[in-house]
Amino acid sequence: MSEAIIQVDDVSKSYGGVKANVDISLQVKRGSITGIIGPNGCGKTTLFNSIVGYHPIDKGSIKFEGKEISHLLVGDIARLGMLRTFQQTRIYSKMNCVDNMQISVSHRAESKSSMFVSRKGEIRERAEHLLEFAGLYSKRNLISGDLSFGQQKLLEFAMALMNEPKTLLLDEPTAGINPTLINGLIDRLRRANEELGITLCVIEHNMRVIMNLAEHIYCLSNGHMLANGKPEELQNDQRVIDAYLGGH
Amino acid sequence: MSMNKKTMFTYGGLALFGILGPMLFPQYTLSIAYLWMMVLMASTWDTLGGQMGYNSLGNITFFGVGMYVSAIVQISFFYDGGVGEYTSAMGSIKPEFTAAEYFWGLGLGILAAGIVGLALSLVFSSFMFGLRGPYFAIGSLGLAIAVAEVTITIDYVGGASGISMPLFPGDIEFRSTFFYILCFAFTIVSHFLLRWLYSTQFGLAANAIRDDEDKAEAMGIPTLAYKRIGWAIAAFFMGCIGAVAGNMAGFIDKEVAYPIPTFGIFMVAMALLGGKGTLWGPVLGAIIFHVVKEATWTYLLNLQWVALGLILIINIVYFQQGIMGWLKTKYPELFGIVVDTSNIADDDEKEVAR
Repeated sequence: MSEAIIQVDDVSKSYGGVKANVDISLQVKRGSITGIIGPNGCGKTTLFNSIVGYHPIDKGSIKFEGKEISHLLVGDIARLGMLRTFQQTRIYSKMNCVDNMQISVSHRAESKSSMFVSRKGEIRERAEHLLEFAGLYSKRNLISGDLSFGQQKLLEFAMALMNEPKTLLLDEPTAGINPTLINGLIDRLRRANEELGITLCVIEHNMRVIMNLAEHIYCLSNGHMLANGKPEELQNDQRVIDAYLGGH
Repeated sequence: MSMNKKTMFTYGGLALFGILGPMLFPQYTLSIAYLWMMVLMASTWDTLGGQMGYNSLGNITFFGVGMYVSAIVQISFFYDGGVGEYTSAMGSIKPEFTAAEYFWGLGLGILAAGIVGLALSLVFSSFMFGLRGPYFAIGSLGLAIAVAEVTITIDYVGGASGISMPLFPGDIEFRSTFFYILCFAFTIVSHFLLRWLYSTQFGLAANAIRDDEDKAEAMGIPTLAYKRIGWAIAAFFMGCIGAVAGNMAGFIDKEVAYPIPTFGIFMVAMALLGGKGTLWGPVLGAIIFHVVKEATWTYLLNLQWVALGLILIINIVYFQQGIMGWLKTKYPELFGIVVDTSNIADDDEKEVAR
């Protein structure tokens, strides 16, 4: 269980004159929870976007389960089993929660006939079960755009689970969520990892969260990979403290 | 596809009107036929426009192409000289088709019209779906104008002077009834196909594309395939009904086949009026629009366009979600929409405590 499910090697990406990522390499081990930290604007989200195929990278290689994916499009990568959630939560805001869940089923084995399957039965049961897991069961028939921001984050997370991904990239899952809900969310992230076997890669600013959650953490700074290691190692790394922890 | 009492009642009422209407008011038979045609146009427009949020202004293209394809099939199948000779004679050749030849030709023509419309939509899909929002709308309008202009350069189909359609083998009343039944039947088939379609994963995927296409992509939904299918269904029915409309008109040219400023815009206006993105909105919109249109044409001549414009303005300014959308907001419980009355913040705490 220790082989790398995501292998990023020497990836660079610039926007015009801004070098957002320079020679970034990292590994996410199958079944692990990996963290990515770094000050605002250091290139974390750019790295996520590169991995899931939002834009072409300038150089380097990105492999998912040993397969080169840096030339694939977003939809193709998602159908391989690697999903991401967004920093700015994105759900289908005019549909109710159950519908949001039901359309999030895996499209890995999509065929013409699965486009036209009925919405009742097994899919609906699983949708309701996962809404219960996310603590949204009582909201299941509400229009999702009417939910509070924190609940929308939970819904987006539940939608990702509905897809049964192998790997889930979470962009600041606790941003904007009140402290009491954060504990529930951490617990659910852990359970998704342990019980459902989903590999997680998490961008996070909340140090308490990421230090508790992740087994291995990468720290970016100004587009460069600054350091990586176990949470306790990073906490004591002077470069990380200078760049980030001591920065406020 | 379970139906509740209200829905059954609505279908019963519409069926009764559809069957008894032309019997009780035979002078309005063709007008009611056009009513069903408009219901079909608005409903199939809504598949892409309302359900997926891709506002096509070019669906009329398939209507016109269908009309011409049907004419070609109907004439060349049973007239040895083919369409070229027929049209270059500018109507001086009037081959007599037997009733059997006519109906076979018409049936094959309608089928061919649907298939060619569908095929054309797939060709358009290959480059049009790179466009979004207003760019798609204007791009599709451009397609309709371009196809219309190309059509009149083709001498084979009569160029700018058009084609006289084969004469209907029967008296005028039977002719009206016959075309009425065709319009009614196509509308029923398209309605129930869409009703079923929206009840499947397709309906959800379409709405997901409407709400946030980038998210849908990121979740692995094959968005292009869904958009293709949505447009292809509209194109098939628009092709078929175009073939029927051409035969109803009796003579086709650019204006009849590509009525961009009328039907091309009406179908969008009707869907907006009734409420886009709903099964019944376009139906309701088309009925109201058609009734107002016919009434103002009869009683307010010269002011008919003013009246239609006024409806559109009221619709856009005060009822942007259309009648169905307005009803949904006003009486959500009628539509099975659940409104949260509990205190949301309160609920959060409870969830955490559990």
